Amino acid sequence: MSSEYATTIRERRAHGRRTRRSSARPIAIQLIGPLTILAGIVWAIAQPYRIVFLDRDGRGLYDYLFQPPLLVVVVGLIYALVLAPGLVEDLESGPRDSAR
Amino acid sequence: MIPHAETAHWIAASVALLLGLVLLSEVIVGTDVFRRRRWRAYLWPSLALVSGVLIWLIAILSTFSTIHLLAHAIWAEAAMIAGAVELAVVRGKLSSPRWSLVAAAALLISGLSFLVHEQNPWLYSRAAFLHHAIGWMLVVAALFPLGRALRPQRTVLWGTGFALTFVLLAVMLFADRDSASIFGHFGEIPRP
Repeated sequence: MSSEYATTIRERRAHGRRTRRSSARPIAIQLIGPLTILAGIVWAIAQPYRIVFLDRDGRGLYDYLFQPPLLVVVVGLIYALVLAPGLVEDLESGPRDSAR
Repeated sequence: MIPHAETAHWIAASVALLLGLVLLSEVIVGTDVFRRRRWRAYLWPSLALVSGVLIWLIAILSTFSTIHLLAHAIWAEAAMIAGAVELAVVRGKLSSPRWSLVAAAALLISGLSFLVHEQNPWLYSRAAFLHHAIGWMLVVAALFPLGRALRPQRTVLWGTGFALTFVLLAVMLFADRDSASIFGHFGEIPRP
């Protein structure tokens, strides 16, 4: 086989690997927030007694606002709305020199 | 209105989960992309520093036991020192990877504090079980920043381990209950 063809095949494979990796990263970043939110929702369904709005007998403010499933959902929302969009944008914009 | 210990642990778990996701993001996108926006670069050190300040508040409220007071004070100091060093690293004042030894020491000291301040055996209750498990987990996890200090070229491995440490810490803290058996439900053991 000609060395010219062999080099081209190697380059194509390397380019394919780079493309797959670069497209997987934004997807991973975009998935983290929704998966975290989903975990909180599944937890709330599995243990509904943790959601005080459904059973309000003798509960205080902390019991309403700081239950783990709700906190997990809030963390997922913060990540999905605040962190993920900028990260995906920066990933897709390619390399740059200066910091903003 | 002082929250119950389990509520304070759940709030700490939320901060730990956010920290873990921030660190995981940095591993996924790479440090160059992550630090392209200044506020993002300062996010993890600032969160560590602020969580140290908040743990001081818990320390002030944990006066029911000397060992609890000491343990929370040590965590507060460890978090603040690790956060301050990371701030200096991000700012460019410190450049040697050996500064990761500070984070390793913070995790090790935090783990030992967890182990020392739990006076009940592993199977006494869920809170006791989790304190032992978290303590040993943090002691082992100190290897990740230690590895980053000694073998800085394996950034992804140490970074992933460090990030997942905080996610695992969050899961354990979220599982905490003031009074429950290890796998049982709340209220089986009367609340103190």
